[in-house]
Amino acid sequence: MYGVYTLFYKEVVRFWKVAFQTVLAPVITALLYLLVFSHVLEGRVRVFEGVNYTAFLIPGLMMMSVIQNAFANSSSSLIQSKVTGNIVFLLLTPLSHLELFVGYVAAAVVRGFTVGVGVFLLAVLYVKVPVHSIAVIIGFALLSSGVMAVMGMIAGIWAEKFDQLAAFQNFIIMPLSFLSGVFYSIHSLPPFWQTLSHLNPFFYMIDGFRYGFFGQSDVAIEISFLVVVAAVFVLSVMTLALLKSGYKLRV
Amino acid sequence: MGQTAAVTIDKLHKRFGSLHALKGVDFSIEQGEFFGLLGPNGAGKSTLINCLAGLVRPDSGRLSVMGYDVVTEYRHTRRLLGVVPQELVYDPFFEVREALQFQAGYFGLGKENNDWIDELLVTLNLADRATTNMRALSGGMKRRVLIGQALVHKPPVVVLDEPTAGVDVELRQSLWRFIKRLHSEGHTIVLTTHYLEEAENLCERIAILDHGAAVALETKSELLARGICRSLHVVSSHKIETLPDQLREKARHINGNSMELRLRKDKDSIVSVLDAIRDAGIDIVDIQVVEDRLEDVFVQLTGEGGGRES
Repeated sequence: MYGVYTLFYKEVVRFWKVAFQTVLAPVITALLYLLVFSHVLEGRVRVFEGVNYTAFLIPGLMMMSVIQNAFANSSSSLIQSKVTGNIVFLLLTPLSHLELFVGYVAAAVVRGFTVGVGVFLLAVLYVKVPVHSIAVIIGFALLSSGVMAVMGMIAGIWAEKFDQLAAFQNFIIMPLSFLSGVFYSIHSLPPFWQTLSHLNPFFYMIDGFRYGFFGQSDVAIEISFLVVVAAVFVLSVMTLALLKSGYKLRV
Repeated sequence: MGQTAAVTIDKLHKRFGSLHALKGVDFSIEQGEFFGLLGPNGAGKSTLINCLAGLVRPDSGRLSVMGYDVVTEYRHTRRLLGVVPQELVYDPFFEVREALQFQAGYFGLGKENNDWIDELLVTLNLADRATTNMRALSGGMKRRVLIGQALVHKPPVVVLDEPTAGVDVELRQSLWRFIKRLHSEGHTIVLTTHYLEEAENLCERIAILDHGAAVALETKSELLARGICRSLHVVSSHKIETLPDQLREKARHINGNSMELRLRKDKDSIVSVLDAIRDAGIDIVDIQVVEDRLEDVFVQLTGEGGGRES
């Protein structure tokens, strides 16, 4: 157990040493989105009944930050270790594939969660946000950052160069997170785009998370929960299989 | 039954696409040995080490460390092995002490190991760099941290893959002293090196790999005895002008009043060669016989020369 704790701790220290870049910068970016979008769109976009647009935006921006940073932590750490060769320090140890998985994922969840809390703490200074269920909020934040941490591991294991990882981030993670209902309720979309949004797993992360604040959501909270749990499960099984096989790590 | 071997390599095969990197390598290394693994570039030394360390998975065959299987009992074998990788790798996020503490932590060792880390820092001349970021270290210091990381969990078997590649003479000497000390303290040492002089000075037993196969596996003295030639240096009081045919074919070079003859140990008796020299009218004022060194044996076995630098 101490081995996996050490990996977890090392990964946390790693991102914390550059917290300006890994925590503060995404918090500031989310706040800039909040300032600009709330200024331009407040009163123009209909969201949930009785919820003003700026308040609606905050959980979306929090979850977008959680998603992107949880993914960034595990993926960037793995690719850097692979490219610089220091991954060997881990591969020479008795840590099992499960322990490697837990260490990387737990640290990425911590980063996603930290950035999410950072966005919330500064955003509530700007606008009041109700809290319907703290358990749902924390549960979805943890599960969603778990999904993205695991996805980051897959990307980090698969990528051999930084530009491959950047492609994963720019062509998969960014579009899926921007088109998941961060800035709007999918009920405001034409039927075709509504249907398409239901195929985006990120939508369920944000919708369920938002339910924790407003007690309202685009789809039933139970469905969002099941989709996110299923995503964690399927991606974790895939990642553990990759780690066990030594894919792109052990020749 | 004797003591369990430190390392057992049993008919090991590894292919990388069309390259057959290891072709049934098969030998063992006893506990407490100082073992040299030599071979030209691409001979399969690093592949073999990496199979042992679990970084490369063999296609067939078996590898064990102190009796434990490297694949199925990797938790045991990795605790028993300390591997110093060939590449100068480091994590730029951390300081020297952090790098050592994290490495110990992966092996389940916490604060109770800090005294050993302090000792390693002192022994490796890194004590004053303990809080320096890895990026700020010189190449030699990074190499020493790598050695520290390999030893941080006190493994009985230490594998050093080209530890002195690209390091200056002074550091090489100090690394040799340190490795000798580890050996005298009971560690089994497995050393791969390009510097044949290094293997000749340090190793008790040597395997020479060539194109993925072990072409020799002997003690250093046996291996040196395999040298089929020796050199006879002769100094005359007069300039050496001509030689009879039987001597000319053995002459490597003639320079004024001295010459070097290459003699086959199995055919050329030194006494009869000296008689032939006298018969040719050359008076001898001095002779010196030089036995072949490991490098010469290595060249005979592999057809290549090592990087004999100093």
